[in-house]
Amino acid sequence: MNDALRTQAAWLIALVVVGHPSVLLAHATGGETLGLVNGLLHPVSGLDHVLAMIAVGLWGAQLGAPAVWLLPITFPVVMALGGMLALLGVRLPAIEIGIALSAVALGLAVLREAKPRPWIAAALVGGFAIFHGHAHGTELPDGANGLLYSIGFVVATGSLHACGIALGLAHRWPMGQAALRAAGGVVAAAGCVFLYRAAGGAL
Amino acid sequence: MILAHLMHTGFGPFYDGLLHLFVTPDDLLPVIALTLVAGLRGPRYGRAVLFSLPVAWLGSSVLGLSLQAAALPPVLAAGLTMICGALAAADRPLPIQVVTVLAIGLGVLNGWRNGVELAGAGGGALVAAGVASSLFLIVAMLSGHVTSVRAEWARVATRVAGSWIAAIGLLMFGWSMRGV
Repeated sequence: MNDALRTQAAWLIALVVVGHPSVLLAHATGGETLGLVNGLLHPVSGLDHVLAMIAVGLWGAQLGAPAVWLLPITFPVVMALGGMLALLGVRLPAIEIGIALSAVALGLAVLREAKPRPWIAAALVGGFAIFHGHAHGTELPDGANGLLYSIGFVVATGSLHACGIALGLAHRWPMGQAALRAAGGVVAAAGCVFLYRAAGGAL
Repeated sequence: MILAHLMHTGFGPFYDGLLHLFVTPDDLLPVIALTLVAGLRGPRYGRAVLFSLPVAWLGSSVLGLSLQAAALPPVLAAGLTMICGALAAADRPLPIQVVTVLAIGLGVLNGWRNGVELAGAGGGALVAAGVASSLFLIVAMLSGHVTSVRAEWARVATRVAGSWIAAIGLLMFGWSMRGV
């Protein structure tokens, strides 16, 4: 961090801390803390979502630029689109199956180190993101703030991608490449379990 | 226990306004997104937003405060958040006029909402002045930093931030349509 940045950050923090008044006149709608905390925790509370998100990051790391940033940009945006569709009352068939298939497909992609063109990888990831957003993006607890929930949900999902990318840095070493492929296999196997449960529930 | 008066009454309306954006994410997010767009495009764009956004916001707030008309639907604010976030994520060349119009539109829209709500909450023009001042500070600092970014990873991180704001804007749109 350079001096100018440090100085400006210090001024901003000082402004917030020293000038913190008791009445801030926000558009207070209630349930802000509940909304933010639930939004942050929701993506990490379901193994299906966690594994798929991390697999997106792992696959992006294997593919390298531009996919390494294209996939984590595509997923949250399309996921939010899925959430918006759910909020507007648009129904999607076989959502749980779609989520389970996302873990299978993304796990297999990491296992095989598949290298499609970036736009194909983005389309695949985006297609699955619709299901994740539709299923999870609207599970707002009673009394919670929708906007803060959304912020928490998007930030937590993006952070899971970042974890996947960070783990994917191991791809530069031969041992790391093998470990990543093994991790992809684990995700795909877990996806098969999710798929079996989802199909069983649907039957 | 000191019991200073300030502890009970706050520091006054100007400071309430100064801190308003930091506790109101639906106002802050589109501002950050637009500032990222301006910063990614360069200093001319940053200067355009630096002056047009606070002036439009302040003028619209004062108008909303004095006219006390109905607030504009939150769907519009969600739409602007989506657009600004998507533009930051796309990082494509844009005419400076487009960015300026977006800044004025955002200022008019959210300023009006602030003004109408201030009238209901008993706030005054000093609050609006505080909001405009913090807008000027945020745009100046953030667009200045983004403009000076040279490392590729930092530019990518800026675009990722834009995409997150676009995603939040999409969900905001859904929530506002649902009336939550």
